[in-house]
Amino acid sequence: MNLDLPLIWAGIIAVAVLLYVLLDGFDLGVGILFPFARNRADRDVMIDTIAPVWDGNETWLVLGGGGLFAAFPRAYAALLPALYLPVILMLLALVLRGVAFEFRARGRTRGRPFWTAMFAGGSLVATFAQGLVLGGFIQGIALKDGVFAGGPFDWLTPYSLLVALGLVCGYALLGATWLVWRTETELHGDARRWAWATATGVAALLAAVSLATLFVHGRIAERWGFGAGGFDLASFAPLAPIPLLGLAGLAGVGLGLRRGSHGWPFVGALMVFVSGYAGLAAGFTPQIVPYAMDFRQAANQDNALGLMLAGVAVILPMILGYTAWVYWLFRGKVTPDAGYH
Amino acid sequence: MDALLLSRLQFAFTIAFHIIFPSFTIGLASYLAVLEGLWLITRNAAFKTLYLFWLKVFAISFGMGVVTGVVMSYELGSNWSAFSAAAAPVIGPLLAFEVLTAFFMEASFLGIMLFGWKKVGPGLHFVATCLVAVGTLISAFWIVSANSWMQHPTGFGHTTSGGLIATDWWAVIFSPTFPTRFAHMVLAAYLTTALVVGAASAWRLLRDSEEPEARIALRMAIGMLAIVAPLQLVAGDLSGKLLDRVQPAKLAAIEGFWETKARQDFHIVAWPDRAIAANRWELSVPGVGSLITTGQVDAVVKGLRDFKPQDRPPAFLVFWAFRVMVGLGVAMIGLGAWGVWLIARNRLDGARLFQMACIAMGPAGFVSVICGWIVAEVGRQPYVIYGVLRTADAVSPVGAGQVSASLLGFLTVYAIIFSVGVLYILRLIAEGPAAGADEPAPPIQRAPGSALAAAPGDAP
Repeated sequence: MNLDLPLIWAGIIAVAVLLYVLLDGFDLGVGILFPFARNRADRDVMIDTIAPVWDGNETWLVLGGGGLFAAFPRAYAALLPALYLPVILMLLALVLRGVAFEFRARGRTRGRPFWTAMFAGGSLVATFAQGLVLGGFIQGIALKDGVFAGGPFDWLTPYSLLVALGLVCGYALLGATWLVWRTETELHGDARRWAWATATGVAALLAAVSLATLFVHGRIAERWGFGAGGFDLASFAPLAPIPLLGLAGLAGVGLGLRRGSHGWPFVGALMVFVSGYAGLAAGFTPQIVPYAMDFRQAANQDNALGLMLAGVAVILPMILGYTAWVYWLFRGKVTPDAGYH
Repeated sequence: MDALLLSRLQFAFTIAFHIIFPSFTIGLASYLAVLEGLWLITRNAAFKTLYLFWLKVFAISFGMGVVTGVVMSYELGSNWSAFSAAAAPVIGPLLAFEVLTAFFMEASFLGIMLFGWKKVGPGLHFVATCLVAVGTLISAFWIVSANSWMQHPTGFGHTTSGGLIATDWWAVIFSPTFPTRFAHMVLAAYLTTALVVGAASAWRLLRDSEEPEARIALRMAIGMLAIVAPLQLVAGDLSGKLLDRVQPAKLAAIEGFWETKARQDFHIVAWPDRAIAANRWELSVPGVGSLITTGQVDAVVKGLRDFKPQDRPPAFLVFWAFRVMVGLGVAMIGLGAWGVWLIARNRLDGARLFQMACIAMGPAGFVSVICGWIVAEVGRQPYVIYGVLRTADAVSPVGAGQVSASLLGFLTVYAIIFSVGVLYILRLIAEGPAAGADEPAPPIQRAPGSALAAAPGDAP
């Protein structure tokens, strides 16, 4: 049996990163929205909705990093030095935010407000840094002989700042719609307002990022049919479902909110993210270090990929199974008191 | 300072900081599983009180271990990209399997352990606790396996283009030093936990010698020490005996041997100095050094002068880290024996001197673990993959300015979370297990998602 191992692994890593963005996206979003909560009780409920699952969500980030190391080591070795500062910034912010879950509950008069601020600030900075990483990634990485050969601030451009702003707004939308789903009473009402505001922001920023990407990056524009010779429908048509999915997602958020649905806005927000993710992927596939290294050049030895695939085939379904079970276990509305057992 | 030195400092700092938490939580997770199991069997409320109490400490420590561990999975690429590209064909799968078989399991079932008390029932909750405990051990398995391969690489070859490739996965995963090093690390984690539990219980008993939870926990800690501390001496010795064959330069640095000869002197203390390639002074037992390191009096043991100057590890640090580790290990054996003797004479609960000794030894496990890893990691310098890749050739193409900034960031952030984390854990210990038990059945009455470590009265 001849499996195309690099291709399979590119798919696995892509799915792992997507799952990370969707899952940690909503719990980072809850942190971003923290400063807008009315009071401490609301903040406690907000953090309670994500406390049992955030650690599992963040593990997908470890799989993204560890998986890239194991499956595409040359890409891992090229990307991380290139994006050194935003990656370190993200890690430091995630450290402060991660410990805040427990520290905030233990803190007293001074500790509690401090860790509340760290949770909110850490979530915001980690998201912004991820946006800078993403922006720097799409812009392209300067390599020489497969090794990073650019400057320390190559990633810092108006384009990457715009992407980072978009990601902050996007995670906030995921967080807001998550809270619409998982909370009730006054907080639920606030979450609806946050969802409206962030959905509007996401629609605008998604359009801005899409346009900027087409204008700034010729080769991505060509993929989408906006070549030098005008618009080419044949290139665009196969990719058309991607923006349509995004529009459907936004409609889902808007209609869901308007009709008082609790679950649909979150589903819509997830669709928007899947669409944005697929849209970007369509722009640079098969590059794994845009635009200097494709996933085949970056891939690990076949025997290593094969061994890991055997492991993944057994273990990943189990992980997905118990992750789903944990979400199912902690389903339902979260309230300030012990109401719903 | 150049980027290489800064990257080494940063990695040493972040990984030494990180190992503090796994070495505590590996043992604590197993301890929690034992406590919950004992509670389910005996229905003795003291076990449940102890479980809920140490679960709060576990939640804080585990959280700090998770976030500092995420850093490690990216730092390999950000600072050691040349190493990553070279080593991944062989140890990439090991690290991937660590994430897949351990991290997800720990993270998911930790949620149930902390917040699922009423949702799943006692049996399933106990299963969650056990899975977290098993997860911590699986994690240790893979990471020590990867490190052991880097210490003594086997089961690999070179491709035509010069890269590494695994030729025998079994030999990669179970490299010769792995079994003893894995045992050494797990026993170290159990000892670390026993010492912390012992110190916390002794502290409680100094204030109230009747507290039932502290009396039980101190006896459990003594039992663990009495069995595991001597076993650790054996595991450490077995691990050390391999060095003569696999890493003679490390062995020479540990013992301060400079000349190659039979019947080496054993240096109890010394000042090894690389600059003069000798010990500035030494206090020695003549003729027994070969016996202690290899088991044979007449064995010829290599000295550091047999290695080119650029191939010698920094002897002073390795020599002294080893002696601190062994010294504390012997003190742990002594503490365990003392405790058993007191229990046998039924004088434990009033033994204030012993209780104070337990408190003093509370951090000894952490110090020993860090010293042990210094011996392992500094002793294999100048290599990062022993004999294959030098540390100097492993570093990323990043500038000293960037690494200075990140090092400063890590120093600042870690200083904050360390001091606050220690403060909160000590505060919990000061309140004692009974503080949690005053609450009407703690986690059950709480909101499902609220942090278990919330102190009574912390509720909004």
